[in-house]
Amino acid sequence: MKDFKDFMTGWVYTDTVKDHFINPRNLWKKEEDFTPDGFGEVGSLACGDQMRVGITVEDDRIKEIRWLTYGCASAIASTSMMSELVKGMSLEEAYKITPEMITDRLGGLPEHKFHCSVLGDKALRAAIDNYYENKGLENPFKGTVAKVVCECRNVTDQQIEQLVKTGQVRTLEELTEKTGLGTGCGKCKAKALQMLEELKHIYNIT
Amino acid sequence: MQSVYMDNNATTAMAPEVKAALKEADRIFGNASSMHRYGREAAALVSHAREDLAALVGCRPSEVLFTSGATESNNTVFDIARHLITQGKGSRIVTTTIEHPAIIETARYLQSEGIHVDFCPVDSEGRVKIDELEKLVGDDVALVSVMMGNNESGAVQDTSSAVRIAHAHNALFHTDVTQAVGKLPIDFEKEGFDYMSLSGHKFHGPKGVGALIARKGAPLMPFLHGGHQENGLRPGTYNTQAIYGMGIAAKLAKKDLETEAARLWSLREMLRKGIEESIDDVVINGSQEHCLPGTLNVSFPRAEGESILLMLDMAGVAVSTGSACATGSLEPSYVLMATGMDVELAHGSIRFSLGRYNTQEDVRYVLRVLPPIIKKLREMSTR
Repeated sequence: MKDFKDFMTGWVYTDTVKDHFINPRNLWKKEEDFTPDGFGEVGSLACGDQMRVGITVEDDRIKEIRWLTYGCASAIASTSMMSELVKGMSLEEAYKITPEMITDRLGGLPEHKFHCSVLGDKALRAAIDNYYENKGLENPFKGTVAKVVCECRNVTDQQIEQLVKTGQVRTLEELTEKTGLGTGCGKCKAKALQMLEELKHIYNIT
Repeated sequence: MQSVYMDNNATTAMAPEVKAALKEADRIFGNASSMHRYGREAAALVSHAREDLAALVGCRPSEVLFTSGATESNNTVFDIARHLITQGKGSRIVTTTIEHPAIIETARYLQSEGIHVDFCPVDSEGRVKIDELEKLVGDDVALVSVMMGNNESGAVQDTSSAVRIAHAHNALFHTDVTQAVGKLPIDFEKEGFDYMSLSGHKFHGPKGVGALIARKGAPLMPFLHGGHQENGLRPGTYNTQAIYGMGIAAKLAKKDLETEAARLWSLREMLRKGIEESIDDVVINGSQEHCLPGTLNVSFPRAEGESILLMLDMAGVAVSTGSACATGSLEPSYVLMATGMDVELAHGSIRFSLGRYNTQEDVRYVLRVLPPIIKKLREMSTR
């Protein structure tokens, strides 16, 4: 007979997710005196997830990282995992981490969780952007990675450009159909439409 | 580890009395439609259940149609309305924005088939606006459907006014009483309802069984086809044991309806007061004056519902949440959003639903483990 007492293994999340959820690493505690060199915040409450990341930098490497997250277990765990992953990394490497790198280390996430809850990499990039801004320096990595347009469905500018360039998408409706863009909080729609028009102009598509 | 089940609006544990009765009847396997003794024995079980259920909800035994549950019952009623509309008897259905998906989704399906459906809004306490309903219902309406107790907020609806409005326009009236059975007194005949849907597993009966109560003379057409059971209105071999079990549960619920409702309310109030005293910045959702006795819906700003649910689960406490994250969608509970609630509050909502087997000790345990969980999540939070 199948043992139905092994229900804990039927948890929607892996043991690693659970571990990071219960024992989050590098959490930004109020009592700690942490002054970040760079600071970033992403996410939307409409989506149910918001992340804040602070970093200190030494020799172009991330020395310390702290974070806060409002969100579900996978949002908390993925930010925690991201913080472990990038600690000590060069800014260049850190700027290029992807949601997949985080979820792989977590042993995977349920499909429907992937897009909305893995925002750690974006929060980190925002913090690195802010670091260069604070220093008054040009961010050498900006533009080297795709930028997320729709945070709820994780649709990037590069993805949209590709779809427009190849003639697969002409209207916002088509873009939504192809990518799910704008079907979460909907905040990105105006921006996406503007981008779509610009790209159509650039690639001479009517 | 202690384990506390406070998700009785999702489903309930079968009552020991039901289990014992089923055990006693477990040798009965006949087809209740057969003429021989095996069949007659099974038919007797169905017949007992019909009487016990009718007694609980104030209808005649002949007005009970056994189904697989409230989802089927709701679908059947909406199918009847569709039928009437295609025959030219009315052209519209009116229901509400806070019905169970078994109604909302069915209504949307009918809309896609070209049937006009209007959804009546609710107030900030989650109660259907009766004045709006009055405006929405006209002589062209075939069916009005308003649930009795909401599964998420616990808000109890003014079905007595709703049925009057429907009947004033010669519309049929249906109410989904799935959450109300065994918790509120229900008098089908006195209220003058035409149809009522319920499920056995919400009041400590078995799963996979329920009923459609249909007033004698109300239009009825089979939703399924293929047999003479229930006068051909609900074909399919009787699920004898489950039906019998639901009957026993109905008998049990009727026996101590008032005392049990009062007990549940006092536990619920103990939980509410305890939460308000031990955790700062909480919002109690839904009508408090008109509320199902065992339901408490609370929002914890700055903590997200799925995280709260999972941490409570690890502490042995089972609850549910209106957060989007728990449902796999990006939208939080439409029931809470319909009240005009702030989206963050909906994401941070937890529903405690108490049942027959919850005790004061359970409430004390929840009050012990919950405050540190909220504190921990709020310390992690960006807000």
